[in-house]
Amino acid sequence: MNKIFDRPLYAYARSPDQDTATPVRHPVVVVGAGPVGLALAIDLAQQDVPVVVLDDNDKVSFGSRAVCFAKRTLEILDRLGCGEPMVEKGVTWKTGKVFHDTRRIFEFDLLPEGGHRRPAFINLQQYYFEEAQIVRIRDLQEAGKPVEIRGGNKVSAVGRQDDHVRIEIDTPEGSYNLEADWLIACDGANSAIRRMLGHDFVGRVFEDNFLIADIVMQADFPTERRFWFDPPFNPGQSALMHKQPDSVWRLDFQLGWNIDREAEKEPERVKARVREMLGKDTKFELEWVSVYTFQCRRMERFTDGRVIFAGDSAHQVSPFGARGANSGIQDADNLAWKLKLVIDGTAPESLIESYNRERIHATDENILNSTRSTEFITPKSGISRVFRDAVLQLAQHYPFARPMVNSGRLSVPAIYDGGPLNGPDDAALPPRTRPGAPAEEAPLGEGWLLERLGGGFTVLAIGVEVPDMSELEGIPLSVLRLALVAGPELGARYLGAAPGAVYLIRPDQHVAARWTRWDKDGLKAALRRATGRA
Amino acid sequence: MARLVTTPNIPDPDGFYAELVAVHDGLSAERSAALNARLILLLANQIGDRAVLSDAIAAAAKTG
Ligand SMILES: Cc1cc2nc3c(=O)[nH]c(=O)nc-3n(C[C@H](O)[C@H](O)[C@H](O)COP(=O)(O)OP(=O)(O)OC[C@H]3O[C@@H](n4cnc5c(N)ncnc54)[C@H](O)[C@@H]3O)c2cc1C
Repeated sequence: MNKIFDRPLYAYARSPDQDTATPVRHPVVVVGAGPVGLALAIDLAQQDVPVVVLDDNDKVSFGSRAVCFAKRTLEILDRLGCGEPMVEKGVTWKTGKVFHDTRRIFEFDLLPEGGHRRPAFINLQQYYFEEAQIVRIRDLQEAGKPVEIRGGNKVSAVGRQDDHVRIEIDTPEGSYNLEADWLIACDGANSAIRRMLGHDFVGRVFEDNFLIADIVMQADFPTERRFWFDPPFNPGQSALMHKQPDSVWRLDFQLGWNIDREAEKEPERVKARVREMLGKDTKFELEWVSVYTFQCRRMERFTDGRVIFAGDSAHQVSPFGARGANSGIQDADNLAWKLKLVIDGTAPESLIESYNRERIHATDENILNSTRSTEFITPKSGISRVFRDAVLQLAQHYPFARPMVNSGRLSVPAIYDGGPLNGPDDAALPPRTRPGAPAEEAPLGEGWLLERLGGGFTVLAIGVEVPDMSELEGIPLSVLRLALVAGPELGARYLGAAPGAVYLIRPDQHVAARWTRWDKDGLKAALRRATGRA
Repeated sequence: MARLVTTPNIPDPDGFYAELVAVHDGLSAERSAALNARLILLLANQIGDRAVLSDAIAAAAKTG
């Protein structure tokens, strides 16, 4: 059995900040070293923004939580310099099977098209995910980047000031205070900071319990997502199976509402369930058992002056679309470059408001998808169940009903349609790369497009002459010129029928604006808009 | 845009009606409801026009 979650990765150590007469001021303090806080810390450190991460613990996430990490997350991790080890360790998958009762009703493929560097999904235990992030932070520290993680540092009070935040921290050696120009609360669904500042976190509670059993088993089932509606081994409920690294399998059983949670967790009871599901002679060991419930909810705003909420502290969804950690990583991706520009003084503080707007838009989409999946998996009324079962029955025979089967709409990134930073579009260009969308991957002969975009603003010119530039009105920017011959995917994803195009791409690799010709004034205006100056 | 047709549009109204009722002969209320649901889904797919479907849902809700 793997003991990675027993090993301290950032043990408490006394900081000189604990011995000063007045609190030390830091540009950015991140509270919480979960996947979201760590992603943000890496992103800021890469851009030379000094960042201190505080966590009350000193280890990776305990037990079994997130497993499925989506393609967009992997693309962001590539930019953060830790995608490769995760993909290497993870189990790659893109297909799934859906069962109803004893019948297999259909199969799906989440990424039928080629020309992507990263798979639709990898499965990787959350503790490996966080471990790879910590390794990346250690590498950045070696390279002299300004990032620090302080374990055993529990935030016990925060005070909002006009231009900074006061933070009180408990440690094994007593408490101390810090100040931060910006405090980023990545302290999870039970966010203490949210509570201290008196913010509501309302939404829907779903009256249902789910049992997780992570088992170690040698088996040669294909690496795919398997979902059962009303299977004989869990009548009237659902079940889900995913393969993880180290021969670990995630089994997830819906239990219903009125159950005895402690009794359900009894190892013998769980083992009996597993044998009923996989066959009575199946050899396996239980690695982890837990029972969880969930809610779909979000904060009304994700920013409160100099305090910003990201990840589970700001929003929570059901696990069925794997939209929790995946969307949190996108929060960090959206926020880091904005903080960098604001801290450097190249963009106004109001740019941070676009984080609030864009990520609330994304969160509402995630909550909508996650709520709909939950309704389908656990119909709330008699008639809802009648329609659900009708869809399942029809789906086995007729393809038309299959898109209605909702066993979880798996995480895809939100497109910031109508977003405050979007500039002009040109209707001749393909919709998938419109302003607000994340740049689509495309193979470029030797390498890949996204790795060539780097981490700043990029002017991507395909088949259009553009001059050299390294900045425009004080905003650093680079030019990437590509010939039309670079490959069919590049043309299909970025040009459509147009002969050429110029794209302005943000540091988080979302498209800001695009044209079919070189328009310097248009570019300037779009850049002003994308940096909150217009 | 296509609109919900609310004027007579089925050539053999009596025959259709008889067939619709007959398919439920001998079914429990539960199995009837299940059959109706399958039928609605099949017909909805045939219509395919999202706006017409919304009109039909609204028209049905309004008339009860
Ligand atoms: C069963 C299950 C399955 C899931 N599956 C998936 C999946 O497949 N894909 C997916 O994307 N998501 C999934 N999720 C969701 C995912 O686990 C969360 O969305 C993710 O962990 C959120 O990350 P975070 O960094 O925002 O918060 P957390 O991971 O909760 O981290 C918060 C951190 O803050 C620290 N902290 C809290 N309070 C303080 C304080 N006062 N002072 C200092 N530190 C503090 C905590 O110690 C912790 O380290 C799943 C969740 C569950 C429960």
